[in-house]
Amino acid sequence: MRLDRRTLCGLALTLLTAAAAAQGLGDLGLIVERNSGAVLVVDTDPPAVLARIEGLGDLSHATAVFSPDMRHAFVFARDGGLSKLDLLERRLVKRIVQAGNSIGGAISEDGRLLAVANYEPGGVNLFTTDTLEAVGEIPAVDGQGRRSKVVGLEDAPGNRFVYSLFEAGEIRLLDAATRPPRVVGRHPAGRQPYDGLVTPDGRYYLAGLFGEDGVDVLDLWNPEKGLRRVLPEYGRGERRLPVYKMPHLEGWAEAGGRLFLPGVGRHELFVVDRRDFSVVARVPLHGQPVFAVAQPDGRRVWVNFAPPHNDTVQVVDAESLETIATLKPGKGVLHMEFTPRGGRVWLSVRDENRVRIYDTQRLEAVGELPAREPSGIFFTARAHRIGL
Amino acid sequence: MAAPDAARRAELEGLLRNDCGACHGGRLHGGLGPALTPAALAGRDPAALAATILAGRPGTPMPPWRGLLSEEDARWLAERLIMGERNDAP
Repeated sequence: MRLDRRTLCGLALTLLTAAAAAQGLGDLGLIVERNSGAVLVVDTDPPAVLARIEGLGDLSHATAVFSPDMRHAFVFARDGGLSKLDLLERRLVKRIVQAGNSIGGAISEDGRLLAVANYEPGGVNLFTTDTLEAVGEIPAVDGQGRRSKVVGLEDAPGNRFVYSLFEAGEIRLLDAATRPPRVVGRHPAGRQPYDGLVTPDGRYYLAGLFGEDGVDVLDLWNPEKGLRRVLPEYGRGERRLPVYKMPHLEGWAEAGGRLFLPGVGRHELFVVDRRDFSVVARVPLHGQPVFAVAQPDGRRVWVNFAPPHNDTVQVVDAESLETIATLKPGKGVLHMEFTPRGGRVWLSVRDENRVRIYDTQRLEAVGELPAREPSGIFFTARAHRIGL
Repeated sequence: MAAPDAARRAELEGLLRNDCGACHGGRLHGGLGPALTPAALAGRDPAALAATILAGRPGTPMPPWRGLLSEEDARWLAERLIMGERNDAP
């Protein structure tokens, strides 16, 4: 058989497509290049950049979630952009601009809906994951008709979403299992809730408060019972310490029956008993913590810091509460992401334009990848976790 | 008042994009904090803006940057914000 050039090209393309289709997705991830409007599609084993996808908008503080089959990633941009990426074909499938200004989002338990938290105009917008078609606009308006910025939007079991209203000081529960989705709970909270998290078991929503001390907790098993205020000693305290970078709640670590919370403005890691939310200990730290993340095995908690200490990462033993390592990965350590079983942690080092990879047993750098001012790192294993 | 030198200005540009940007948006179009674009700041007094940078805004998440920034740094940032990116004087 004689093959002309066109047939050969077609054959090559078919083979390429087949090769791409044979790729597993469970050890892939995304690295956000915050000031370039781009993300890198990466393989974690062996570490490699597979593709760079551009044109995603203002990615400062951008986050990503994954479809349950891990094939698609959804990137929430600061400028209201919402992008759907195909990790198998390594391309942008669709991008919409759904609001003026937004701050993250979440994917429903069934993987069919995305909820986006918006600053401008404040509210929650809902989209289908298959086509990014708008299916709901939930305003965030308080009793006096004032709009609020939506923060701390998280997915909860039962195809629900839970979020906080910054100005109104309210926590709301949205049922996305019904059509149209509707708000099924409105709970008056403390002043200026600024971020939230759902515990890894999906039971509690915790909202950190900027305007006062303490944490508001919603029991998602019994939301009708309302909020409970816990941790009265958690916050900026009487002196109203300046906070150069708000601690992130989503990273709040849970290990061995204890929660590890980054102090707000304080150079401390709060260790909290998970059963009654009492403070067990305060571990002194190198600076103002931003993220405190537990290794997947719960053995150690890794902490990064706000400026001017953001060249440092500290590792705290979850059992002895000793600081066992003070690492200097480089200037501008913004994010830490563990490989699914915790053998490696990837650190984005913004000011050095690289991602450094550490062995979590030896506490040593074992590799790195180039990236332009990297910020968030998101591995596909997040697809199967609640509240990420 | 000595303006920041080129190296310091580069650091301050980084601070604007990254640290200010954390709340005000990577392109300073606003977020948890208000927009800091030349349009949004039109008519503002650089001295007053510099004072806000140094002292923060009590009751809001805006921290006082005194301690990390000098008076000269704050003044340069204020003018840079009001005039836009092309202000690379002196």
